[in-house]
Parts: sequence; C-alpha cells; structure tokens
Amino acid sequence: MRPFAYQTAGTVAEAVAALDRGARPLAGGTTLYDLMRLEVETPASVVDIRDIEEIQQILQTDAEVVLGAGVRMADAAEHPVVQGSCPALAESLGLAASQQLRNMATLGGNLLQRTRCWYFRGGPQYRCNKREPGSGCDAIGGVDTTHAVLGGSDACIATYPGDLAVALIAFDGLVDVVGPRGERVVPIAELHRAPGAEPAREHTLEPDELIRRIRVPLTPAMRASTYLKIRPRESYAFALASAAVGVTRDGDGAVLDCRIGLGGVATRPWRAAEAERSLVGGPLTAEGVRRAGELAFAGARPGSRNGFKIELGVRTVADALRIAAEREEPA
Amino acid sequence: MGDCGTLAGVANELSVAFGVNGERHKLTLDPRESLLDVLRERLALFGTKKGCDQGQCGACTVHLDGRRVVSCLTPAVQAAGHEVTTIEGIGRDGLHPLQRAFVEHDALQCGYCTPGQIMSGIACIAEGHAGDDDSAREYMSGNICRCGAYAGILQAVREVA
Repeated sequence: MRPFAYQTAGTVAEAVAALDRGARPLAGGTTLYDLMRLEVETPASVVDIRDIEEIQQILQTDAEVVLGAGVRMADAAEHPVVQGSCPALAESLGLAASQQLRNMATLGGNLLQRTRCWYFRGGPQYRCNKREPGSGCDAIGGVDTTHAVLGGSDACIATYPGDLAVALIAFDGLVDVVGPRGERVVPIAELHRAPGAEPAREHTLEPDELIRRIRVPLTPAMRASTYLKIRPRESYAFALASAAVGVTRDGDGAVLDCRIGLGGVATRPWRAAEAERSLVGGPLTAEGVRRAGELAFAGARPGSRNGFKIELGVRTVADALRIAAEREEPA
Repeated sequence: MGDCGTLAGVANELSVAFGVNGERHKLTLDPRESLLDVLRERLALFGTKKGCDQGQCGACTVHLDGRRVVSCLTPAVQAAGHEVTTIEGIGRDGLHPLQRAFVEHDALQCGYCTPGQIMSGIACIAEGHAGDDDSAREYMSGNICRCGAYAGILQAVREVA
C-alpha cells in the first residue's frame, strides 16, 4: 500500500476544509481502505469522518425520512423509523454485505461504493478504463458473468454494486451535499453517472464535496415497498439482479403509483420509468407485471456470459411487484 | 517504517492509544497498518486469523466497542480511544459458553475460521439475531467455513442464544 497522510475531522466544517486541501473522505473503510490495500486507490491524504456526531442521526418529519450520511448501515437497517416507514430501504441495507461490514460501512460511503468488477479490482495485469483511463476494458468480451446489461458503453460495463441507492432512486431520494462553496441538493437520480466515454467519473460530486444527509420522501408507495435481491448464494453476496418496488392502487384496483428501481444489472442505480408507466392506470395482472419486467430490460445489451441476467431481472421485477402489491394497504 | 514522514503537511505516523482485552496499549502506527496486522504482528495476539485479507471471509472478526467488525479492513488508527476484544479476551476463566458449545457440536474441522466464528457468534447472540435458525444463519453469513462445519456452528450458536 502507498503511504498516505491520515487526519481526523470532528465536524463537517473540519472535514470540508480537509477535502478542500485535497484529502479523500474515509469512513467505514470497507471500500476506500480495501481498494487502497489493493493499490487501486492511491490517495495521498485521507480525512477520517467516522466520528463526526452531526452526521449520525436518523429522524422522520411529516414529509420525509432523513438519514445522516455517517450512520452505520447496520444501525439504519434496524432503526424503527426506517423499518416502519421505508421497508425497501431497511431490506436493501439488511441484505447488503455481512453484519460485520454493515457495522463498519456508512450510508454515505455505501452510496459511492465502487464497482466489484474483478478487472477493476485486479490491478495492472488487467486493462480497465475506470482504473486507468484509456487503457481499455478486459471485461468486454471477457468473464462478464456479473457485469451490467444496462447502461454500459464501449469503454465499461462494470456493475454498480450497491443496494441502498437502488431503493433510493426508486423513491426519489435526495442527498444534501456540502462543500467549500456551500450546500446543494442532488437527487439520487443525478448522483451516479453511466460510464459513457469516461468510466472513471462515477458520480457528479466534486472532490471537495461531502454527502451530509440522505432524504427520502414518505409516500404511500414507499410505505408498502419491497427490495428483492437475487444472489448466487442465499446471503452475503452482491446482487445478480435486484428490484426496489412500490405500488399503490385506488379502490377499483387501478394502479395509482408504481416505482421500480433495478440493481445488479446496470452500471448505475437504474430506474425503470417506462415499466412503471406501463402499469399505471390499469389493474395489476400476472401478464402486466411480466410485461413491465420485459419493458425494464427492453434496452438490455448482454455480453458473452451475462445474458442470463435479462430473464432473471424480468422475473425479479415481476416477483417484487407481486410482493409489493401484497404489502399495499387497501386504499 | 522508513517511508513514513510528512505528506501534505500532515503527520502520517501516529501515536495512538487503545484497549485490547482490557489492557491499554500505546503504539506508534503507520496509518496503512490494519488492526488485524497490529493485533498479530505488533501485539502477538495470534488468535485472530488472516483469511482473505479483503473483508470477504470473516476469519479476522473482532469486537470494536462490543460491535463485530472485520479487523483486516479496519485501519488500526481507527481503534484509537476505543476498546478491542479478540478471541484471547473471552473465556478467560475457562471456555466461554459458545466455545464449549462449538466443542460439543463439532462446529469445526480445521479450526482456522473458528476464532472469527466465535467472535461473530457472541455478537450475533448479543444483537438478538440468533433467536431462530433462519436469523442465525443470515446473521452468521459473514463468516465462511471452508470445511463446511455450518451445521454444527448453527447448533452451537442457537444453543447458547
């Protein structure tokens, strides 16, 4: 591992000042420290934001749930507000990683977790446009079993690995971001970038900006939401396909609101807007949920070994819609 | 630590103090050092095992202020001011009840993952996640056993819960 300078910040202001001087934020360490040990990340300086009290709260207002970016995933997953009002969030957190890692990793860090693409993590023996811009991509045409079928480019097909952001994008989550120029609000839908020609740029934050809190509007669809995650083993694995879904219907059974987020299949947290629209206004039928799943994957581009993710993803969406419909309270 | 010094005006050799199994230690640390390496190489506590060293196997599980974490992905400097508990710190007056249950239920074969399993199991029980088989399985999934002693591990954790 390369040498680096380490400092701690006790307040958000101290952290931002350190970021302004070029430090990278370190919280749970489960992504950044891991990648530093692999020499995939080589920051010269980090600022430890783990003990900043002002980013550790979870609270609920009339309109939204507010989650401090420094809250540990395990604490958020079991918090009564999250469990009671946002089942998809609680499930996305509880099904991620292991309890040890959830005890370490923070919500803000989890949102910006970097890909698990083995060519990215594997170091210089592999070409990777994300790690070494312009070097090429060994995943394309290579062992792409876990790679993305949605949102890829000729430069990168690395899958966005997180779960929480998938649940947040489906329900219009936002992050409050703070930097030397003040605070701004970034919708989750605008936080992550598809790789395009610049895979190394994964999100839209500036290097000196810090996620301070996450906010999620409280909607009837969110209250009846679900997060369905399909993995190569029963637990402690990244998603091969996942769906964050919520549905509400009127007294006649016609869909009023439908939310579908996709994980494990795309280069960024993915919202299946066309699939959502296909269900609004009509009843929820077996054919309809299947068709919604197919619409969600209409633009999918399989590689050499990940084509199975399309049918898996279609069925994951359909199953999640059925579970969400069962959870929905009568209008 | 010859390549330590000062980068960007910030010291990168740090004097930190933390507790390990009730004993206070003061060490000068390079921020690159993992808690796992410091426990094993600096404090000669070899009970905590290095498996994958990438946060994927759970063999290095310890408690940080009573919460289970993987020590391979914990920078040792983050332990400053906190209390670490390793396998050496439990069952000091004879075996811990979970250690006894592991023996009774044959919950190991080679034994390499066992310290991590025990530390994870103690936390799992304390968290209230070992109340039924499904929950215990789910919340013990961060500890991999290549010998496949899972049936015994599950029985042991459930018995002590």
